[in-house]
Amino acid sequence: MTTDTLNRAERSRSLFRFAAPQVFYPIAGRLAPWFAGIAAVLTVVGLYIGFFVAPTDFQQGEVYRVIFIHVPAAWMSMLIYLVMAFWAAVGLVMNTRLSFMMSQALAPTGAMFCFVALWTGALWGKPTWGTYWVWDARLTSQLLLLFLYLGFIALTRAIEDSRRADRAGAIIALVGAINVPIIYFSVQWWNTLHQGASVSLTKAPSMATTMLSGMLIMALAAWAYTFAVAFWRVRSLILERERHTDWVGAELEAEAKRQ
Amino acid sequence: MMEWESWSAFWDMGGNAWFVWGSYSITAMLIVLELVLVLRRRKETVLRLLRLRRAAPYATGGQRMNEEMF
Repeated sequence: MTTDTLNRAERSRSLFRFAAPQVFYPIAGRLAPWFAGIAAVLTVVGLYIGFFVAPTDFQQGEVYRVIFIHVPAAWMSMLIYLVMAFWAAVGLVMNTRLSFMMSQALAPTGAMFCFVALWTGALWGKPTWGTYWVWDARLTSQLLLLFLYLGFIALTRAIEDSRRADRAGAIIALVGAINVPIIYFSVQWWNTLHQGASVSLTKAPSMATTMLSGMLIMALAAWAYTFAVAFWRVRSLILERERHTDWVGAELEAEAKRQ
Repeated sequence: MMEWESWSAFWDMGGNAWFVWGSYSITAMLIVLELVLVLRRRKETVLRLLRLRRAAPYATGGQRMNEEMF
């Protein structure tokens, strides 16, 4: 029993080790290029399937090919917000600086995917619904998500004191997270113009296998891309926040020699 | 090519060129822009922090002081 508790204590300590910015900094630096490479390969494969293998949709014609970016971008915009909220909660509870930095590193990428989802949705909506925009539940809650991202970014950058900025941002991230299930279930809860989910865990997907696989590969690409960019971004944040430590000093000098 | 009779049919997207390529081009531009911004931020951060460090190499715990000197 004693060894068991010891092991558990050791294990939790080793997990916490990764929460130290000094430990995470080089790990993020080593992992980011791999994720970027995976993202690039998956994007090429996904686009090839999306444009050259997947057949024309019998209802929507060729314009449906927008879904290969629209759906992955929409998924990522929701997922990234939830991950941001998760790190914000961890930061508030455990008081780990790196958690807050991670949620701030993710925000711009989430905002980018959110904008892409709205933009591609508008361009798909015009030929399909006859309008670029309509104030229905799905579109409006997705637009709110974009404003939540922008609010989070503006707030965390406007507050000079990083501890206060972290906490204020964490509150937006946590409160705003309520919006994510609203977006996701909006097509069921309200009578929206937006079609229901084409892919769900409970029923068979309502689309051709090649279309589905192209979409899922693009979703994995978006996921790998997010890892790469967030890791690169968090490294700058870590340097900034830890600039008075000896290890950042050594890192900066090493970087100066490399240039 | 499997799905298309010709390249011009491919670029035309069944008359939906603006909607399809408008989606893909803006997305591609945003991704390139984000990558450029992230890499530039990295460079700027390293250069700025190096400058601060060299301006006051022995200052410890003096974040405010360092920044006010510039």
